[in-house]
Amino acid sequence: MVLLSKIQEFKFDKLELESGEVLSPITIAYETYGNLNSDKSNAVLICHALSGDSHVAGKYSKDDKKAGWWDNLVGSGKAIDTDRYFVICSNILGGCRGSTGPSSVNPKTKKPYALDFPLITVGDIVNAQKKLIDHFGIKKLLCVTGGSMGGMQALQWAVCYPDSVRSVIPIATTSRLSAQGIAFNEVGRRAIMADPNFNNGNYYDSNPPSDGLAIARMVGHITYLSDESMHKKFGRQTQGEDKFKSKFDINFQVESYLRHQGLSFTQRFDANSYLYIAKAGDYFDLAETFGSLMKAFAGSKGVKFLVISFTSDWLFPSYQSWEIVKALKANSIPVSYRNMESSAGHDAFLLDDPQFDNIIGGFLSHA
Amino acid sequence: MPDKYKPDYNVIVKWVEPGSRVLDVGCGEGSLLERLITEKNIRGVGVDKSPGNLNVCIAKGLNVIQVDLDIQKGLRDFPDKTFDYVILNDTLQALEHPLPVLLEMLRLGKKVIVGFPNFAHIVSRSYLFFQGKMPMSKTLPYMWYDTPNIHFMTINDFRNLCKEQKIKVLKEHYLGERFYNIPAFFANLFASEAVYLVNL
Repeated sequence: MVLLSKIQEFKFDKLELESGEVLSPITIAYETYGNLNSDKSNAVLICHALSGDSHVAGKYSKDDKKAGWWDNLVGSGKAIDTDRYFVICSNILGGCRGSTGPSSVNPKTKKPYALDFPLITVGDIVNAQKKLIDHFGIKKLLCVTGGSMGGMQALQWAVCYPDSVRSVIPIATTSRLSAQGIAFNEVGRRAIMADPNFNNGNYYDSNPPSDGLAIARMVGHITYLSDESMHKKFGRQTQGEDKFKSKFDINFQVESYLRHQGLSFTQRFDANSYLYIAKAGDYFDLAETFGSLMKAFAGSKGVKFLVISFTSDWLFPSYQSWEIVKALKANSIPVSYRNMESSAGHDAFLLDDPQFDNIIGGFLSHA
Repeated sequence: MPDKYKPDYNVIVKWVEPGSRVLDVGCGEGSLLERLITEKNIRGVGVDKSPGNLNVCIAKGLNVIQVDLDIQKGLRDFPDKTFDYVILNDTLQALEHPLPVLLEMLRLGKKVIVGFPNFAHIVSRSYLFFQGKMPMSKTLPYMWYDTPNIHFMTINDFRNLCKEQKIKVLKEHYLGERFYNIPAFFANLFASEAVYLVNL
């Protein structure tokens, strides 16, 4: 049976941002799966990564070709079982998939915010999610989980709203983005901003900076894979063009793959959103915000953690997860840690793996 | 007899104070931790090198931590006396460097519980003596080429080690294959397993 979902909207008056600015009004687009039980104790919040959206599982209609981005994990009888849990996934603040972001209309000017949109943080993203959870009347989430930037949000929940979460599963993530991570984000931003169509972010009435956004996505994709996974997927395979004639046209499979990923991304993503969200990731640093990582988790004593990393993830390497585990242990907070064997790189958290499904499903049923 | 009610587990469960913080090194599928949680309401965490065992533990709701490096280096980041008890049951003899690990666990735990099969047990001795082959028994059921036990030791060996390293023996319990409480004097010959509670 096909799990069907639809995008819903939650609107609220305003949100005071960490920058001190007030954003108003705000729309958060979200999808839910399964049913909230009578004591509202079975809710699982899933947080998406940089380029994700609220469509975590299922299809919008039976004829949809593609299912949600974590459909292998979320659904009836799956690890995050929608027969047991009420699953919520919302598009993050600053996004472009239905939630308020730089492409939304600024009520003051009646035009899209573009770069007038205030800088947002992972804290702001989570504060907006908290409003949505309050709107459902949920006092305590059974679990908050997500990979990559979604994992940052899960950590932020545990740190800022420890009384509102029973457990968190931060996956392939970090408590502070590394210089390497910031560097790749900066290449992406430069590609967008150097695109002749960028026009200081005011491109909503004209051609968007698609080339720049596509290059940003291509760079991103390289960081989500690994040497081994690229070798396995593409090797040096070509499309059989004559190298002397085709010159700089696409010939290698890996070129074709990256161009395709870049192009298809421009059809669903707003370049300004990319700038804002990537920047929110860059500034995420729990240790700096709270003095040290150990202090950051000092208030999270009642939360149960499952930290998962992947051996071939070089964008969010395992040692960064170990830092989290160490800080949790130093606070005597219950934590399990798995560094899962994988050759898939950072993207491993999105792939189907029975071991991964089992530990998430098992952990959740004891949360 | 289910794993859970192994005689060495009975001894360990008896010794651990209720509500303590416990680290089980080489926790396997977590059956000892489960008993300690149910019977002694401990806050426990396990470590194991087998990913399969860790998966089973997490799916049971137990807290386990994957330590990739040598266990002795892997937990170096944890502060002194993080745990009330560190359990090294049926583990020491399977480690590449048993002594540094034992010392590291004495740093991490206020007390350490060590359980191991006694290689000087009369059955093992006579097996080796009469058959001229590496002993196999209920407590040592492996062929020489696929045994996880790479550092065989005896009760006397462990006693000497404690003396040398100035490790204090707080409690000791010796188990035979039929008798579950063997006097210390006869232990090296008649006990198939030994369990110690030690600290520095």
